[in-house]
Amino acid sequence: MNKVVASAGDAIADINDGAILMFGGFGLCGIPENCIAALVSKGTKNLTCISNNAGVDGFGIGLLLQQRQVKKMISSYVGENAEFERQLLSGELEVELIPQGTLATRCMAVGYGMPAIFTPAGVGTEVAAGKEVRNFNNKDYLLEYAFDADFAIVKAWKGDTDGNLVYKETARNFNPLMAMAGKITIAEVEELVPAGELDPNNIHTPGIYVHRIFQGKNYEKRIEQRTVRKKL
Amino acid sequence: MALTKEQIAQRIAKELRDGYYVNLGIGIPTLVANYIPEGINVVLQSENGLLGMGPFPFEGQENPDLINAGKQTITTVPGSAFFDSAMSFGMIRAGKVDLTVLGAMEVSEKGDIANWKIPGKMVKGMGGAMDLVASAKNIIVAMVHSNPKGESKLLPECTLPLTGINCVKKIVSDIAVLDVTPYGFKLLE
Repeated sequence: MNKVVASAGDAIADINDGAILMFGGFGLCGIPENCIAALVSKGTKNLTCISNNAGVDGFGIGLLLQQRQVKKMISSYVGENAEFERQLLSGELEVELIPQGTLATRCMAVGYGMPAIFTPAGVGTEVAAGKEVRNFNNKDYLLEYAFDADFAIVKAWKGDTDGNLVYKETARNFNPLMAMAGKITIAEVEELVPAGELDPNNIHTPGIYVHRIFQGKNYEKRIEQRTVRKKL
Repeated sequence: MALTKEQIAQRIAKELRDGYYVNLGIGIPTLVANYIPEGINVVLQSENGLLGMGPFPFEGQENPDLINAGKQTITTVPGSAFFDSAMSFGMIRAGKVDLTVLGAMEVSEKGDIANWKIPGKMVKGMGGAMDLVASAKNIIVAMVHSNPKGESKLLPECTLPLTGINCVKKIVSDIAVLDVTPYGFKLLE
């Protein structure tokens, strides 16, 4: 079993036009910067991207949008991206907006081997259009299906050569859920260590879910909203 | 005299009780954190995966891996915990969060809320709002009473795409505090 690949380019080499991809991250926090850059270089087109957000102009998934590599985005919140808005309004880009908890749980369902979930989010709204509604204990729930993605691309803080992953602070967000949900899961990590060096008590994603892993480089970790308070 | 946004937040802070787990939305709701009454311990939940959100960091101590759901740099308080987005919405769906405060573009007398989309004009997405309003035990809307055209945002029926139905319990605006009752809006203040 060798899960370690040399670079982001190697990790994404077999992602072809038309693939359905999941990207971990919330805003620009915890996004797989190296793999996104490699996909931009490779120029893969007609991608369907499942990601909570769509990056910003010039960073994150915004880079893929800029190169017109994305056919469809499945997200919960897509503000703060002028190029995205332009492509959406001009009809170049398909967009499916879904509630954030639904997005997370549809990823989780894949990793837990469950075909679908019931959630109250979106009942009585346009999100419910065409979906089965079931009543449990006098409350309505929508039937939502587990995702079916070709690749999940996630970013972790530390990982080992067996694919075990540990995330840092709120950079965890969607990463462990998407890590469970790819037919092929690619993990880029800030620090790759030999198997046995991470504390088994503190593994967030067990290596069984991870197929390829590499140590990323030059993490920019751009901050979207820098907010501070004054020293008293 | 109309309340400022800070004063709306201050008024909502009076609804907080000791031991509450609270989710604050973006905008006026975020300001509520500045007015938590003395002697009350409230734990702030941020739906991107944190319980125990603290104030903004001091300059130079911003951490790109530590943000809130508005993507702002933040800190943690002692006793905080990180988790993934499914668990975050799991605790929301399971009714563990005691109070949700969020903004609105429209609220109907039945407690329906619209706050995520203006067809043809603004499509940013619902983020976690639909999950929050579908499951929260207690939802307070913090908003300016009128839209930019000067029309009341409280309506018999919402005209914009809905975020959730029969969910808002209370509204605190710049000119009124109202409860949503089975008989419609009830003016309190």
